[in-house]
Amino acid sequence: MTWGALLAAGVGCYLLKLAGMSVPEKVHDHPVVRRVADLIPVVLLAALIAVQVFSGSGANGPTLTVDARLVGLLAAAAALVLRAPFIVVVFVAALAAALARLL
Amino acid sequence: MPQADSTRTIVRDGIAVGVATGAYGISFGAVSVAAGLDVWQTCVLSLLMFTGASQFALVGVVSSGGAAGVAALTALLLGTRNTLYGLRISPLVGWRGWRRFAAAHLVIDESAAMTATRTSREHARAGFLSTGVTIFALWNLATLAGAVAGEALGDPRAYGLDAAVGGAFLALLWPRLTTTSNRVAAVLGAAVAVSLVELTPAGVPVLAAAVVALGLGLIRRDAP
Repeated sequence: MTWGALLAAGVGCYLLKLAGMSVPEKVHDHPVVRRVADLIPVVLLAALIAVQVFSGSGANGPTLTVDARLVGLLAAAAALVLRAPFIVVVFVAALAAALARLL
Repeated sequence: MPQADSTRTIVRDGIAVGVATGAYGISFGAVSVAAGLDVWQTCVLSLLMFTGASQFALVGVVSSGGAAGVAALTALLLGTRNTLYGLRISPLVGWRGWRRFAAAHLVIDESAAMTATRTSREHARAGFLSTGVTIFALWNLATLAGAVAGEALGDPRAYGLDAAVGGAFLALLWPRLTTTSNRVAAVLGAAVAVSLVELTPAGVPVLAAAVVALGLGLIRRDAP
């Protein structure tokens, strides 16, 4: 990770927050703006999960892989169904994947 | 019943949410060094970016081999929801000048949630500040602790830390899956991303999935 991209992303995220605190409210009330803003985190998080769990590094770039990370994800889902707090969910995912690799 | 809350109760609740949320900075710190960032970069991210989902997304893209620019863009896209929180919060807290610049940094999921339902300015400010300041302090301390511990641990795969990122994203996504349209969007987003993994450079599948959000938002304008 380069410092330039890291600082740009950090400052950019702050400016996004500041823009919200500074812009007239009527922009927010537009139904399409509302809908897109509601969906972006849902779609991006789902895509991030898919890529994080199923992509591996092959000789010619990223490849689809199924490994212990899927066990971790399923364990995390089970923890969420049982209403576990965030830190427990993350810990359970790591523990399940680590155990799956030991077996 | 927010109307019945006293300022003291609101501050206490805000601190409680802050402690619970700030603590998971430990997992961010550990995951970030496992992705290849150093301790300094990890801590600067928590201080400067200070919005958990964007931070996890950035290190997630980096760990899957994505370019730095793609990682930054993904973090920024996830950060757009803070803009909408700001729009909601700004009239409630009513700060101007330097106070607004300082408060903007604390606009995140949790501080927005603890502010948006308040019916008076005093209560809105109490909810916002108690939650935001507590999380900022603890999130950064926990990040440092997690990063230092993560470096000492060695190979992250042996501890399942690569799987921890997927778990963290799922925990962030889970509370948003309450409507059918959000569930459909999540499945489509994941499908788009998976279908592109072998065809495009790392990081691009996630950005392409954002197109799904734009498309659905434009088509389903009457949705709740």
